[in-house]
Amino acid sequence: MSVLPAASRTRQRVIVLVLTVCALLALAAAGLAGSVPVPVADLPQALASVLSGAPDTMSATLLDLRLGRASAAFATGAALALAGVMMQALVRNPLADSYVLGVSAGAAVGALAALLFGAALWMVDLGALAGAVGISLLLYLLARRDLGGGRSSGREAVRTGESGVLLLTGVVLASACMALVTLMLSVAPESRLRGMVFWMIGDLAGASWRLLPWIVLGLAVLLALRRARALNVMALHADAAVALGIDVGAQRRFLFLCSGLLTACAVTTGGSIGFVGLVVPHACRHAFGPDHRILLPAATLVGGSFLVVADTLARTVLAPQQLPVGVLTSLIGVPVFLFQLHQLHLRRR
Amino acid sequence: MIPPMIATQDLTLRVDGRLLVERLDWRVNAGESWCVIGPNGAGKSTLLRTVAGLRSPDGGTVALAGKPVGDWALPALARERAYLAQSRGDAFAYRVIETVLMARHPYHADRYWEGSDDHAAAEAALRTLDVAHLAERDVRTLSGGERQRVAIAALLAQDTPLLLLDEPANALDLAHQVAVTELMARLCREGRAVVSVGHDLNLAWSGATHALLLNGDGSWHAGATQDVMRPELLSACLGHPIAAIAHGARTVFLPDAPAAITHLAPVRTTQ
Repeated sequence: MSVLPAASRTRQRVIVLVLTVCALLALAAAGLAGSVPVPVADLPQALASVLSGAPDTMSATLLDLRLGRASAAFATGAALALAGVMMQALVRNPLADSYVLGVSAGAAVGALAALLFGAALWMVDLGALAGAVGISLLLYLLARRDLGGGRSSGREAVRTGESGVLLLTGVVLASACMALVTLMLSVAPESRLRGMVFWMIGDLAGASWRLLPWIVLGLAVLLALRRARALNVMALHADAAVALGIDVGAQRRFLFLCSGLLTACAVTTGGSIGFVGLVVPHACRHAFGPDHRILLPAATLVGGSFLVVADTLARTVLAPQQLPVGVLTSLIGVPVFLFQLHQLHLRRR
Repeated sequence: MIPPMIATQDLTLRVDGRLLVERLDWRVNAGESWCVIGPNGAGKSTLLRTVAGLRSPDGGTVALAGKPVGDWALPALARERAYLAQSRGDAFAYRVIETVLMARHPYHADRYWEGSDDHAAAEAALRTLDVAHLAERDVRTLSGGERQRVAIAALLAQDTPLLLLDEPANALDLAHQVAVTELMARLCREGRAVVSVGHDLNLAWSGATHALLLNGDGSWHAGATQDVMRPELLSACLGHPIAAIAHGARTVFLPDAPAAITHLAPVRTTQ
């Protein structure tokens, strides 16, 4: 009966391999597609010159631009999906995502304030980062008990972790931030409104090669994979997790910190892109099961690929008009999510 | 001398300022099966959680195998005692076999995948609890009693010398209540120690060697079942007259005289 010990290992390898191939295909498609298509035949040579750092042909220049944007899209989508998985394990609720806790709303306040005062682009990014970090800190202070903050509370935190203080505090902070955002939108001059609205929806038009999101993403994946077994036990039951020798307080703080950082990174690159953090983990859990040893790498790869595909569609569907990618993720995400939810409901009855 | 599995000294428990247990001196040795009896809110679960190391005592000390419970490293503690919580809320669609495999976590937290020894232990535990056929099921689709048996199977797979169970008979049908009680008695004969909270006096009498009565006002009685599970002590503890009736070689506990029910407000009928 049941699975053989080796089977789940093989299964993880196959899933990760297939999803990696899908991700590479998505990136290749993003490089080739556009108002001026790059012929597939030019791909190897152009890729070589991009990698050598000196794009010399037309194809190579196009590829450089598109792959830069696609790499930013991948890192952003992967970070959002991974943060979603972590946040869902943290609050033990499959319908949570990092946006629910107000981190992205805080980033929006920072970024929109910078846009409102007509600051430079790097100031907008800085504003978003400051907003995200600020809200995370505030959340940590307010819900410290829930995260097992105090001394010797690693064991005590268990009960409080179930109380949902963190989730409720996050929801309330998010609505406070949204009120500030609405205030800024209503007093903003016409000329700046468009940029602000685009930031709100999530837009990757200005994104290019960047190392920092990849470093954060890589570290987060590695650290999370090392804790995947502990995450499984925690997601099952907080009391059981302590009884099984897991320092739940420390794990919860790790999840909080990591998902906050990932979200901050993602919103700084792409604005507030909705639904990736909710739909991708949900779809992966549906397809591959809730085991975090498979779920973490799978959601990271699927989230990245999903955003690359969505962004490629966003700049090609109505070309030369560019759509904000957040519109597409929501347009694709909502029906997929509703369909799955409905299916699950039917099956459970 | 082997230190007792559990030793409490002057253990005091309070919840929200209310005194539940006062100065409890209690020893549980290997091979003993204890049942904890008391009215609702008397501190039975609080006691179990304190002994398991999930909360700190409000006074006094708890030692497991001679070492204060707070001094144990969490993974080592998880190999010493297993704890069955009263309720479980399953948020994610784990399979039954996965939830039981998770109980093997304390043995090799450094392994990424479970080994064949873990699978063997998990499957044996599932068979013991008569739930092997449910191994591939989503835990959220199980009935209450099936879920409870899977949780007890996970406890067995954890393979600890001390088992703490909060209402193990909850939601179980009669046959499985008896089977679980016998299983616990067998584990004790193998040299483990079991502490379980329960409300069924007859199950407690048949399965346990010792009993701890918590009266809810701080006072308590601990000792062998025949010394402690006496009608007058039980009646005082549970706030309802209880009769012990000899039935052949067995003793049956029954709630006495319905006329004596005074602790519930009379049902008011409106005309």
